[in-house]
Amino acid sequence: MHPLAWWGWALGLAVATTRTTNPVVIALVLAAAVLVVVACREDVPWARSFRGYLVLGACIVGLRVVFYVVVGIKTPGVVLLALPRVSTPGWAVGVDLLGPVTLTGLLMALYAGLRLATLVVCFGAANALADPRRALRSLPASLHQMGTAVVIAVSVAPQLVASSAAVRRAQRLRGEAARGLSSVVRTAVPVLADSLDRSLSLAASMDSRGYARALPGRSSRGVSALLLSALLAAVLGLYGLLDGTSPAWLGLPVLAAGSLAAVTGSVLAGRRVQRTRYRPDRWGARESLVAGCGVVAAALLITATATDPAALDPSLQPLSWPTLPPVALACALLAAAPALLGSTVADHGRTAS
Amino acid sequence: MIVFDRVSVTYPGAASPALRDVSLSIGEGELCLVVGPTGAGKSTLLRAACGLVPHFSGGLLEGRVLVDGRDTRTHPPRDLADVVGVVVQDPASGFVTDSVEEELAYGMEQLGVSPAVMRKRTEEVMDLLGLSALRGRPLADLSGGEQQRVAIGAVLTNHPRILVLDEPTSALDPAAAEDVLAALTRLVHDLGMTVLLAEHRLERVVQYADRVVVVGDDGTVRDGTPAAMLAGSTVAPPIVDLARLAGWNPVPLSVRDARREAAPLRERLRAPARGGAAGGDDEGPGARPGSARPRTTAPDQVLLAAADIHVRYGRTTAVRGAGLTVHAGEVVAVMGRNGAGKTSLLWALQGSGPRTRGEVLVRRPDADDGPEPPRRGPLGARRGGRRSAKLLSGRWLDPAEVRPADARRSIALVPQNPADLLYLDSVAAECAAADRQAGVGPGTTAGILARLGGDVAQPLGSSDPRDLSEGQRLTLVLAIQLAAAPRVIVLDEPTRGLDYATKRRLADALAAHASGGGAVILSSHDVEFVAECAQRVLVMADGEVVADGSAREVLVASPTFAPQVAKILHPLSLLTVRDVREALAGSR
Repeated sequence: MHPLAWWGWALGLAVATTRTTNPVVIALVLAAAVLVVVACREDVPWARSFRGYLVLGACIVGLRVVFYVVVGIKTPGVVLLALPRVSTPGWAVGVDLLGPVTLTGLLMALYAGLRLATLVVCFGAANALADPRRALRSLPASLHQMGTAVVIAVSVAPQLVASSAAVRRAQRLRGEAARGLSSVVRTAVPVLADSLDRSLSLAASMDSRGYARALPGRSSRGVSALLLSALLAAVLGLYGLLDGTSPAWLGLPVLAAGSLAAVTGSVLAGRRVQRTRYRPDRWGARESLVAGCGVVAAALLITATATDPAALDPSLQPLSWPTLPPVALACALLAAAPALLGSTVADHGRTAS
Repeated sequence: MIVFDRVSVTYPGAASPALRDVSLSIGEGELCLVVGPTGAGKSTLLRAACGLVPHFSGGLLEGRVLVDGRDTRTHPPRDLADVVGVVVQDPASGFVTDSVEEELAYGMEQLGVSPAVMRKRTEEVMDLLGLSALRGRPLADLSGGEQQRVAIGAVLTNHPRILVLDEPTSALDPAAAEDVLAALTRLVHDLGMTVLLAEHRLERVVQYADRVVVVGDDGTVRDGTPAAMLAGSTVAPPIVDLARLAGWNPVPLSVRDARREAAPLRERLRAPARGGAAGGDDEGPGARPGSARPRTTAPDQVLLAAADIHVRYGRTTAVRGAGLTVHAGEVVAVMGRNGAGKTSLLWALQGSGPRTRGEVLVRRPDADDGPEPPRRGPLGARRGGRRSAKLLSGRWLDPAEVRPADARRSIALVPQNPADLLYLDSVAAECAAADRQAGVGPGTTAGILARLGGDVAQPLGSSDPRDLSEGQRLTLVLAIQLAAAPRVIVLDEPTRGLDYATKRRLADALAAHASGGGAVILSSHDVEFVAECAQRVLVMADGEVVADGSAREVLVASPTFAPQVAKILHPLSLLTVRDVREALAGSR
């Protein structure tokens, strides 16, 4: 499976999640993401990190509720817990500690927390299903250097963990207790020295194998400017797309302009560096289906917000039970469909081409 | 292919140049071996030949280095990537991707080789180096020898004309080293590749070399044919030492050549053996009077007893059911393939590493020297029953059950990477910290360090431990660990990157520790070093101890672990040049 297919699918789910506050719909999308990961992931290190994303999601929901209880704005409604209101000094205008906890406020916090947690889990799902290194390998040539930097950064973290474990073990041989501030200093010096040595040696190895070998006589200034503006446009455009309240021109048009700049930059940079790719991942029908599931799910919910906004934003004042509009159910089913597509072949894209 | 034209290299802040006025020309298809003491400019020479010096290291390079006609001054390493392939000492540190096949292709991707050619070349290189069985494997799961072969393969796919290797076999067991060297000779013979190779363990490579470049301590360089250069060199493998002893001229460099010369020597050595006990017997002339087990303390005093040790990490079992008993005065070497469980066993014995099952007992530092129950080790005394509290509180302790600070008073370990133990900015501060940790008077560690250093100028107090050479760092850590006066000292792969002189000093220091009533357990791939210093050898395979006997029994019989002298004098069981010298003296 092409790694970018999983990213397309996960991005679709994320966009769908941002379009609704209906907890039933969000929970269904979340369940779909978890189902697909459980069905399709392989026994590889990056897939094991998915559990961490789930824990992180739970923490986000918990934190959101705690924040609501401690500093949140207390909306009127059915009071669940009558906590005393603590006034803060004058410089913290408008912030009151505690106060009566209402059902409406609590539900708002829960819904918002759940939405954010689902976004995080979607990101985690993509990370668990697609090898991050292979995903970066699919980047265009101009982003190759950045991709390599990220790959190295990704591999440094586990190395640091392993190296500090080795050093702590070795320090115990000197009979030092492995606790306290001094032990941190004792561990940090050899670990940092070791990781510096490693980085230098990796850099030397990459350089002597031809990394960043440029064709002579081409400038890179224009490329940098183009890529920077593309990045800026991408950030603005994504914000406009994900935040439904921003003006329309901030969404797709800016994103499109950014993409154009990125493509131009890529082409220019690609002319400077001549490199090829060994056994590139292929994009086939299955990849289109997986990515399509996510994209169509997002599109369904986006149209639904236009036609039936009430169902996707259940009212909290007055309180009402969230409903499950049929279009949202279809969206959740689509989101879960890759569980059938991806699990049939666990080829990891290694079949000879 | 490579031309050094009056090259001097001075690193920033260094008082004297690392290389001084080097003029050297290495022709196409030569296998050129770079030798020299630790800390001389061997690595500098290699790195200068591929542009890493000065582009990566900084420093001042005077003169000119031409690689296939390209001046390294104007060509950074990346622009030489299609001519020179570099393999660093620790191959894992140079891997950019995470699977074998991608690693092989990485260099070609950078050079823009077309996909069809890439596929073809990867397959060719995999055939050449025997990597096809590994193609999809993650690099991190490979053994040291496999990683080294992948690293060589990864530079070969670029079709360089020159290969530069820095100690390619230093971390490998003898069999894996043979594999790597066989691959290299094949490249030289079949493909006409030029190879520039630095190596400490000359016994492994010198027979393949066309030329030897000796880098001196002062950075000057001499070069010539192997026989001529080694005949007068202080850095020489045992075969050359033996040739000097026996007066062979020209000096043979391979075991095959030496065996032809050695017939008369074998005859001389065999003659007295007929009169005495049968050859191979420990009491025969082959026995080593000088290194016989010293018995200054109570006879057969057991210092360490271990039985049925199992070490498991997750699903893999590193050690299964290993056991050993170590007596005072013994130097025990643990040998075996990469990944056979040697390190896990040593750490489990010391008590700092994991131990899933089994028993380790070490004599307490304050235990009296009373006689042992005859032929019953500490474990025998409690066989079949629960561990008796009396036994533990008396003479023995389990190092895993006491505080690390107490365990090291009985048994101390010098790990594979000694630098992990050092964290202060000067040798003096490390010594002072070691005195404090061991609870001994100030100056104790510094005293031990001075004693271990012998006649060699040891690092001064103010120098940074990270600037020391490998050998000096090992000596410093050994001194730190000896400060707590443990009877048993454990060393994991102490000989990596050490030259012959440093190894000899280490062997002497270990022998001194053993003859002072202590015991040494060490793991090593270096058969010559083991032959030199160990009386007993344990061979591990797949987590089990498959052989345990005197060094003579185990080493002479083994095709992979036999030292050069034993191979040359085959039916005789002599391991080192010193053995031969003593046997000759005895026969006179």
